[in-house]
Amino acid sequence: MHIRRTKDFKAGLIFIFFGIASAVFSAGYQIGTSAKMGPGYFPFALGGVLTVLGLVVSLGSLSRGEGTRKARSFRVKPVVLVLSSVVLFGLLLRPFGLVFSTVILIIVSSMASDEFKKKEAILNAFVLLAIVLIVFVYFLKFQIPLLPSLLVGRI
Amino acid sequence: MELVSNLALGFQTAISPLNLFYCFLGVLIGTLIGVLPGIGPVQTIAILLPATFALPPVTALIMLAGIYYGAQYGGSTTSILVNVPGEASSVVTCMDGYQMALQGRAGAALTIAALGSFFAGCFATLLLAVLAIPLSELAFKFGPAEYFSLMVFGLIGSIVFASGSVIKAVGMVVLGLILGMVGTDITSGTQRFSFGIPELADGLGFVPLAMGLFGISEIIKSLERREKREVLKSKIMGFWMSKKEIKAAAPAVVRGTLTGSLLGILPGGGVILASFISYMLEKKISRDPQSFGKGNIRGVASPESANNAASQTCFVPLLTLGIPSNVILAMMAGAMIIHGIQPGPRVISSNPSLFWGVIVSMWVGNLMLVILNLPLIGIWVKLLSVPYRLLYPAILLFCCIGIYSVNNNTFDIGLTALFGLLGYTFAKLECEPAPLILGFVLGPMMEENLRRGMLLSRGDPSIFFTRPLSLAFLLMALAMLIVIALPAIRRKREDAFREEGEKS
Repeated sequence: MHIRRTKDFKAGLIFIFFGIASAVFSAGYQIGTSAKMGPGYFPFALGGVLTVLGLVVSLGSLSRGEGTRKARSFRVKPVVLVLSSVVLFGLLLRPFGLVFSTVILIIVSSMASDEFKKKEAILNAFVLLAIVLIVFVYFLKFQIPLLPSLLVGRI
Repeated sequence: MELVSNLALGFQTAISPLNLFYCFLGVLIGTLIGVLPGIGPVQTIAILLPATFALPPVTALIMLAGIYYGAQYGGSTTSILVNVPGEASSVVTCMDGYQMALQGRAGAALTIAALGSFFAGCFATLLLAVLAIPLSELAFKFGPAEYFSLMVFGLIGSIVFASGSVIKAVGMVVLGLILGMVGTDITSGTQRFSFGIPELADGLGFVPLAMGLFGISEIIKSLERREKREVLKSKIMGFWMSKKEIKAAAPAVVRGTLTGSLLGILPGGGVILASFISYMLEKKISRDPQSFGKGNIRGVASPESANNAASQTCFVPLLTLGIPSNVILAMMAGAMIIHGIQPGPRVISSNPSLFWGVIVSMWVGNLMLVILNLPLIGIWVKLLSVPYRLLYPAILLFCCIGIYSVNNNTFDIGLTALFGLLGYTFAKLECEPAPLILGFVLGPMMEENLRRGMLLSRGDPSIFFTRPLSLAFLLMALAMLIVIALPAIRRKREDAFREEGEKS
């Protein structure tokens, strides 16, 4: 036996993981009876169903035949840079303010592109910063901290 | 005539200067983001939702609806001129639209797309107005069993219309339902799957989930592809169609409108499906199927009418039954709730000016679009020459600001990144995210109706099979499942989605 379609095999594993997790945690809540369902009833049942589906998908990808169809591989650079630019924005927004975190978001995310040019990205960051300040802060009056909280506290 | 007086009331609301202005703003923004690949109505509505808090509810809904159907107009422009779909629903328009452009008929293709959409918009508005009252009266007869079965029907619909393996789509629905359980259980007050994180007590946010699964993962996928965009350099000449083209396109517009209207109403359906099916239909009934994909005007007219019709008729289940049939409508439901209006059959009677105002504004908006669209094409073309490497950081930034401002918390931004990773993984594993989102939205409602139904029947599940309406929904769901399981249809469905996959 070997894995013929890695895509299905992995998708099945993800389903099994979430299914078991859901069933296990729901078992800790009150299950109740079918006439009077507790908070654990529905998610427990769903977890069971998802686990079975995951097993069917995974086992269906196994076969005795030859040939493996691999899942398309991840490209690490765009994934890591795009996601970390978003996470950084979230982490920096409160303590350092919108101005700083916007510039960081744009520059880090721009690096994910294969056509990254340093000067262009910096220019883009400042143009977008101006747009954000005018549209979101001035016109739409979003309540967002602008400058580092430390600085604002001192002034 | 009740209908006439209702529409008159709608007109009064829709043509007030404030509503007219926000309708215009909505369709303008909608066209803009429709033109730009990589940003769609989901992200835009999420970003602008907080900005509508200050507006009256009817004005807010008019603007948000305008973004949705406006995007259908804009999407076709990109498909025809650049051969890249600006919106997912414009994928099929690339096939014949771009070919027409290469043959120097870009102007005619753009014109038929706009006029076809306008015709479809008028028809769909009228249909919405006619169907609304009987359907909402029907909805008052619904008990928990009927609602539960209707949701099962809707979820099965989203599975049928997802691409790829059916069983994986079922898994995605169930996963969505589970994610919908996160947060405080309304009946017992128990915290479920929140792991002591206070931000999760109210449940996972819809906006971070949708933005992560669709927005962020889409950006990462596009960065891998390194596609080159070539904007048509030659001048777009001649917006007028020839007599022969009009003769070919007119019936296609009507057929597309009818197909789109029908598919829009079905739960789980929506614009993408509508444009696809109508294209297939057009090719099927054509005497010369070979000419499709080589610049046949009917291949532009029919799907463009269909997607616009569907983008309006899919408001029917939301406004009359309170059930959103796709992701965008789920956002609209969220917007209504934030503005203090519970979507459902009561909206018509308790808020008639809002209900009819929104419906009539769709017709007004379509009129604006057809006038606006053609003269502005020059500007859209310029905009398309902005390279993607400058565009996607901007999309990320607007997404992040939008997410933050929904709840003013940064936790949701982290959550978005997490769902972005999950969405990208699913894309690699060929699991479609749309069924998951629908499951997520319907999950809590489904659980509540299941519980109430079982409580009423004292634990006897036959309540779902003995009440006629409920049984009808379940039988329809079963029929849909059987139909896609039939080998002949399965092959067709795979073919349809394969073509889509190659183009996108």
